[in-house]
Amino acid sequence: MKLIKSIIKPFKLEDLKDALSEIGIEGMTVLEAKGFGRQKGHTEIYRGSEYTIDFLPKVLVEVVVPDDLADKVIDTIVKAAKTEKIGDGKVFVLPVEQAVRIRTGEQGEEAL
Amino acid sequence: MLKMETLKFLKPYWMAFFLIIFNLSAVAQNASSETDLEPTNVTSVESVNMVEKDTVEPTPLNNGNTAWMLTATALVLFMTLPGLALFYGGLVQSKNVLSVLMHCFAVACLASIIWIAVGYSLALTQGGFGEDARGWIGGKGKFFLNGVFEESMNGDFPESVWIMFQMTFAIITPALIVGAFVERIKFTAVMLFSGLWLIVVYCPVCYWVWGGGWLAQAGVIDFAGGIVVHATAGASALTLAWMLGRRSGFPRNLKPPHSPGMVMMGAAMLWVGWFGFNAGSAAAANGDAGMAMLVTHISAATASLVWMFIEWKKTGKPGLVGIVTGTIAGLATITPASGAVGPMGAVIIGAVAGLVCYFACGFVKEKLGVDDSLDVAAVHGVGGILGTLMVSYLGQTGVLGGQGISQNEDGAYLTWKEQFAVQAEGCLAAIALSVVATFIIVKIVSAVTGGIRVSEEDETKGLDQAAHGENGYSLN
Repeated sequence: MKLIKSIIKPFKLEDLKDALSEIGIEGMTVLEAKGFGRQKGHTEIYRGSEYTIDFLPKVLVEVVVPDDLADKVIDTIVKAAKTEKIGDGKVFVLPVEQAVRIRTGEQGEEAL
Repeated sequence: MLKMETLKFLKPYWMAFFLIIFNLSAVAQNASSETDLEPTNVTSVESVNMVEKDTVEPTPLNNGNTAWMLTATALVLFMTLPGLALFYGGLVQSKNVLSVLMHCFAVACLASIIWIAVGYSLALTQGGFGEDARGWIGGKGKFFLNGVFEESMNGDFPESVWIMFQMTFAIITPALIVGAFVERIKFTAVMLFSGLWLIVVYCPVCYWVWGGGWLAQAGVIDFAGGIVVHATAGASALTLAWMLGRRSGFPRNLKPPHSPGMVMMGAAMLWVGWFGFNAGSAAAANGDAGMAMLVTHISAATASLVWMFIEWKKTGKPGLVGIVTGTIAGLATITPASGAVGPMGAVIIGAVAGLVCYFACGFVKEKLGVDDSLDVAAVHGVGGILGTLMVSYLGQTGVLGGQGISQNEDGAYLTWKEQFAVQAEGCLAAIALSVVATFIIVKIVSAVTGGIRVSEEDETKGLDQAAHGENGYSLN
């Protein structure tokens, strides 16, 4: 199993959710995050004083999928979240040792 | 941290000492010196605000005026609660929003009690020294509202209403100063400072201008509080902010306003409430009130647009926080002039307000390096003084619909230069008292509270948690 973490622009979340749904991924965990990479922050000015905002709002989406689905999921995420501008985000893939469904106790890929 | 150079500050100690002794001895000679201060030679627009002695024929109650003054009172209280509270609240970081709301609320309550205890009497009832026509402070005859009953009158409306109306001014003035010390002051310091300040600064200046004191006798024009409210609050705020020290992160590493929407809501409430502030200062439901409302509104709208355009030009985008700050600048500036200028005069006042106050904000923070956090001095102080000075010319009959300024003993109208001199004198006196008294009060309060500033840890944690044990936004 693989944990696929995607950091994307917040307004792309709906597209991502729909795209994953289409390939059969119905569950995900979403966190509101902030961060930056090459897309630097910006400056706001109030009453003549400058305020530098380093961090930009982002969304972190986590899905755990069986190994054989991983590549397809990654491609789907990239296509859905891409705007071709700096700040589109990144995808990271981590191995998952174990998964358990709390309600039934199922383990492994059956828990997904 | 305070850097004290003893030589520089010996003088204010003496000045303040002198002023306090002066004021204390004035209180000591109380209202039993029923010497009639005769300010009647000066027929100025604000004479309607002065307390009439209800010893001769009692004036019949005018229901229209009473109804309006009751309403205006509510409007002005609304300016503080919640108008000013929200306006300031939105400008600070979210971790400090409750502390700002708390400051405004608690100061309002405290000021109310002090007002009925000693404030009203000291600010608006006959005082002075024996035969001397120049009055410095009111009497103690109405301490704890002694002698005030349902039937008591102030002119043609009840004295109870007059006490309340003026109370709302006494409430908002110390509340304005809150903007200078947000995010880093101890709550105990806020309460102690505000209480002392009200008695030592607000009451005397109010008496000088509206209680029949020396400025009124000189013919000063301050219809609704350019000197009494805005100049005093602005000068005191600047002094306090300087003594308190900057917020951590000032000036380059600050956090932007946490809720610009809240700022706008507060500003909007201030605008509406200001109709009570200025039009209510006519103390009557008549054309004076109507024109005061009109010019107030025009100044607000003009200043808003001017500020918006300046910001648009300078930063590339017109901001919401900017435009509403322009509104407040326009409102503060028209305040002393709202009884004397015409609509076109108000346009000029609004335009100048938007322009000057915009750059004043930058001046205080960048050039002076003082963290008057919410620009009390730059907007209220500068605005109030500006309007007080501009009314000298724009208030003249014949100038853009001006309705007339002060007359001298012979009944002739002062020239605009003569009026200007009086206005300037008033501003300077109010500023001098504000600065000196604030300095001394802060020293006293600092000694009592062990320093008026919170610890660095508390400042980082946020005053909502550190000082009030509450969370502004428990979003689940």
